[in-house]
Amino acid sequence: MHSFFDHYNYWIFVILFVIGLYTVMSRTNLIKKMIGLSLFQISVFLFYITLGKIEGGTAPILIDDPNAVYSNPLPHVLILTAIVVGVATTALGLALVVRIKEAYGTIDEEDILQQEDAR
Amino acid sequence: MMEEFTTIFLMLLLVVAALAVLYVRNLFVATMLLGAVSFLMALIFVILDAVDVAFTEAAVGAGISTVLFLGTLSLVGSEEKQSKRKSLLPLLVSLIIGGTLVYATFELPTVGSPDTPVQTSRLTERFLNQSPTEIGVPNLVTSVLASYRGYDTFGEVTVIFTAGIAVLMILRQMRSRRKGEDDNEDKDTISFEKLDAPEIGPSPSIHDLVPHVVAKLLIPFVLLFGLYVQFHGDFGPGGGFQAGVIFAAGIILYSLVFSLDFAQKLLPVWLVETLLAIGVLLYGGVGIVSMLNGGNFLDYNVLSADPVAGQHLGILLVELGVGITVTAAMLAIFYGFAGRAEIRDAEGE
Repeated sequence: MHSFFDHYNYWIFVILFVIGLYTVMSRTNLIKKMIGLSLFQISVFLFYITLGKIEGGTAPILIDDPNAVYSNPLPHVLILTAIVVGVATTALGLALVVRIKEAYGTIDEEDILQQEDAR
Repeated sequence: MMEEFTTIFLMLLLVVAALAVLYVRNLFVATMLLGAVSFLMALIFVILDAVDVAFTEAAVGAGISTVLFLGTLSLVGSEEKQSKRKSLLPLLVSLIIGGTLVYATFELPTVGSPDTPVQTSRLTERFLNQSPTEIGVPNLVTSVLASYRGYDTFGEVTVIFTAGIAVLMILRQMRSRRKGEDDNEDKDTISFEKLDAPEIGPSPSIHDLVPHVVAKLLIPFVLLFGLYVQFHGDFGPGGGFQAGVIFAAGIILYSLVFSLDFAQKLLPVWLVETLLAIGVLLYGGVGIVSMLNGGNFLDYNVLSADPVAGQHLGILLVELGVGITVTAAMLAIFYGFAGRAEIRDAEGE
């Protein structure tokens, strides 16, 4: 039980990671794949932020208390930018999905592959 | 202990929501659940002391990203087809990877312990102890983001710029599928004329009244809050990335409740495209100016006689550049998706 409280953040990361990965691999709908990719991304964010956490710490914004313990700001910086870059790249993927729908009339991977084979 | 229980409760909700995302067939529901996952994650980030990240995740994950997914769904339909393929192999691969990762977590240090490589690294020491005198900005995330790792952030801004341009390029061109057919040429010109003469907006029905009034009351505060987050980022949670997203969200709200035409009268596409570039140029310009003043690229110390004042000025300008580019990129992406529907309507489908 002791070990559970020590590591559950990591395990939640692994569970989300696996759900995201499985969604991307098993679903044939392209939008669903993008959603899976977003889950995947979020799980990695959790992992990074967990590594920066320090017991009894506070947010890395300086306060007057000289004994204050701050969590590590570096993972926060990396993930903050990653989130915004992530939404920009997700948007790019969605834009491509829209064009694929217009070109093939479907966003299902299997149907698209069938159409390609029929050519 | 209370905090522990809150975290575990939120995490369980997170897992349930993620599983629901996987299993629902309706993509609209999946999108809303993904927004819920993002928001839960933002709450967990607050507990993990990452206030800036939580801020961004709430604004981006639960806000902009949901709008983008919904915009896409309105173009491609929201029903997911039942797959015929047996998904045993993906499940197996996922479970093996998951099992390996769980095995690996036992080697990881206890969550929150102070003697991990992350906490004892020389970088952490520098950021926590030197930056108050070197940079003089209370929010350490801002000083690391804009100053110590300014080069990296410049790269990120360029990625956002590129993605914004790419989405506009992909979504604003006419369809080329039936390029060979004759009648298509006429269609294109007609649709352009149609686009040039926007309607006066939808006639307000009784159902639109409540959103209209609420949005009118909300939008000024949203925009003001965006400015506050932008310029208060040195002292509290906030900065260019969050401010840009909030500012864009305000305008997107206006566009959703009123109409795209009104929003584009306020901020035309050409202006958004120009702002997209101006933000990156402002960021890069600060770097060039510091080089001309005899320092390294993005070395703000030389921007002013007093190094700390130089850092303040540099961070302010760079964050402004980030804010402008992020606002413009989010708007460009939104215009791309919303405009696509109009192009399609104009083509008569």
